[in-house]
Amino acid sequence: MKYADEFRDKEIALGLAKAIRAEADPQKLYRFMEFCGGHTHAISRYGLEDMLPKNVRMIHGPGCPVCVLPAGRIDMAIRLAERPDVILCVYGDLMRVPGSQGASLLKAKARGADIRMVYSTIDAIRIAQDNAGREVVFFAIGFETTTPPTAVMIRLAQKKQLENVTVFCNHVLTPPAMQNILESPDIRNIGRIEIDGFVGPAHVSTIIGTAPYEFFAEEFGKPVVIAGFEPLDMMQAILMLVRQVNEDRHEVENQYSRAVNRDGNLRAKEEVSDIFELRDQFEWRGLGQVPYSGLKLKRAYAIYDAELRCDMHELRVDDNPACECGAILRGVKKPVDCKLFGTVCTPETPMGSCMVSSEGGCAAHWTYGRFRDHQQRRVS
Amino acid sequence: MKAYQRKLDIRNGCVDLSHGSGGRAMAQLISGLFHEAFGNEWLARGNDQSAFDVGAGRMVMTTDGYVVSPLFFPGGNIGSLAVHGTVNDIAMAGARPLYLSASFIIEEGFRFADLKMIAESMGEAARTAGVHIVTGDTKVVERGKADGLFISTAGVGVVPHGLDLSAENARVGDRVLISGTLGDHGVAIMSKRQNLAFETEIVSDSAALNDLVAKMVEAGGRGIRLMRDPTRGGLAATLNEIALQSDLGFHLREEAIPVKPGVAAACELLGLDPLHVANEGKLVAILAPENTAAVLAAMRAHPLGRDAADIGEAVADDHHFVQMATSFGGGRIVDWLSGEQLPRIC
Repeated sequence: MKYADEFRDKEIALGLAKAIRAEADPQKLYRFMEFCGGHTHAISRYGLEDMLPKNVRMIHGPGCPVCVLPAGRIDMAIRLAERPDVILCVYGDLMRVPGSQGASLLKAKARGADIRMVYSTIDAIRIAQDNAGREVVFFAIGFETTTPPTAVMIRLAQKKQLENVTVFCNHVLTPPAMQNILESPDIRNIGRIEIDGFVGPAHVSTIIGTAPYEFFAEEFGKPVVIAGFEPLDMMQAILMLVRQVNEDRHEVENQYSRAVNRDGNLRAKEEVSDIFELRDQFEWRGLGQVPYSGLKLKRAYAIYDAELRCDMHELRVDDNPACECGAILRGVKKPVDCKLFGTVCTPETPMGSCMVSSEGGCAAHWTYGRFRDHQQRRVS
Repeated sequence: MKAYQRKLDIRNGCVDLSHGSGGRAMAQLISGLFHEAFGNEWLARGNDQSAFDVGAGRMVMTTDGYVVSPLFFPGGNIGSLAVHGTVNDIAMAGARPLYLSASFIIEEGFRFADLKMIAESMGEAARTAGVHIVTGDTKVVERGKADGLFISTAGVGVVPHGLDLSAENARVGDRVLISGTLGDHGVAIMSKRQNLAFETEIVSDSAALNDLVAKMVEAGGRGIRLMRDPTRGGLAATLNEIALQSDLGFHLREEAIPVKPGVAAACELLGLDPLHVANEGKLVAILAPENTAAVLAAMRAHPLGRDAADIGEAVADDHHFVQMATSFGGGRIVDWLSGEQLPRIC
């Protein structure tokens, strides 16, 4: 597979693993958070944990937009989809995400709601054109990566003068969430956050560039290395972080230079800032309310805003109190430290955000890595 | 046959409710379309059932339902798939498949031309596999109550005395063989269902494996502990199922598992794992290490086993984990799929 196999070469990986082992000071602990769910997935799927020395530990952050979508927003979408005049268009991996009391879009669809899985925002436009008498709502979700396609959809609806298409906007932003991990008031209850550096998002950074992380690296004194999703990208980024820690530096470095530059995609950014604006607060499953971390449509585009047009009301649902997601997302606890992990909380019956999507930290550990828990128990 | 004077207008006609009513129209459909396509002495007798001889050995019986969408896909259609799937379920017992039944639930408005094509490919698949479709049933339901066409099949076969393939036979140290590349069928279906245009057309591997199984049994005899076709849920589900049933675990080597580059690329694009994707012309065999070389050679000499590979071994494991050494050098679990495999958003 061209452009992928080159980044999965075992020999180069072994060389990088050797370099990490050689440069990581055995007296030190290196705790790096990969913010992005794609990185969590890559670490688990390729078994990278086995290639790192014991004192280099990866912490799975909150960077999966599906995982962090609060149950209340799913409930809102279900309520909307149950209206006979509505067709709700969603990305596939949202279908199983639990709302309150075990409800999900998949179950709502089985009960008769017209919910359609789409691969792109353009599919939603096509469905709107084919169903002139019905309200077609696109369930927009994702970080900075998936926001531009939603903007394109709104532009297209405008151009085609479609009056039956709206967006239920759940787009969220990466830097405020990273900031929240380090300075949220919840930390008092959860415990001390111990993170020595961040592996920065790949796709998100293709849009926003590396510049937004500079303030963050300076303000919090944490190194950030933007990395691609291939396993070699990850290994190289970890080596770069080890070096920064050893040299007491806290800079933004770009391992993913083949796709990311300092300024990002200017056209995409312009389009997004023209159509969307910040919400004062947005709830993240597992993190709670995060200031200025979510987007909504500007007043000028209100006719495309499903929350206004369809008179949707905010629904709030409390997370399970026994769920340790908040602490796990901040690296204070590991999945196995949570009493619910693997008992009542599994990928089939997810209770907390980390188990919701395959890219969540708990789901990735359950699906790919839980054999290590038994190995460790045997050794100890 | 002469009682059914009017011929079906295959080119322009379509199935209506009268074709399931039990009257003349239904008789016309059955004789003019299904009997034509499946043509054999048992059907020709026109009874509600078929009587047939079976050779010595233990009888094997299976049943399956086919609800695939789209009905036509690169490399086959719902008809050939129904025959292959049922033949393979019988063959996995080491049995020789003999006779099949086929039951059709057809949606009103279904085109005769499509039905004929499907029936003909069933007939062709059955002839190639050396089995006969000897009895069947036809029902027509109102528009909107079926997705075009559903097919149910049942099949019988005979397994020779002395051959007993079953998961409880597996032992620590047994080898795991796969007959070829993984994920071809699932990706072929998905590529049509989602209107995803890939540069290379990915063709389903749908095929009857009974001849390949016969050659394997000839080469490996009782050294073969069990065989299974990794259909829905893919290799991952099959091996997890066997691990539970045999009270063992498995260690696989990712490097050894064959996947076509086009399938790997499509899976990459959609965020799917080829180990979870369905196959319709592949088998997994668990066998004693001493028989591996002979069976593998027999598989590779057969057109349906050309890419056969030894991908791992059975190990003692109370947790029944299927573990895999990744081609990158790490380790991971190959778990059951949770629900349906859905594409990721980023």
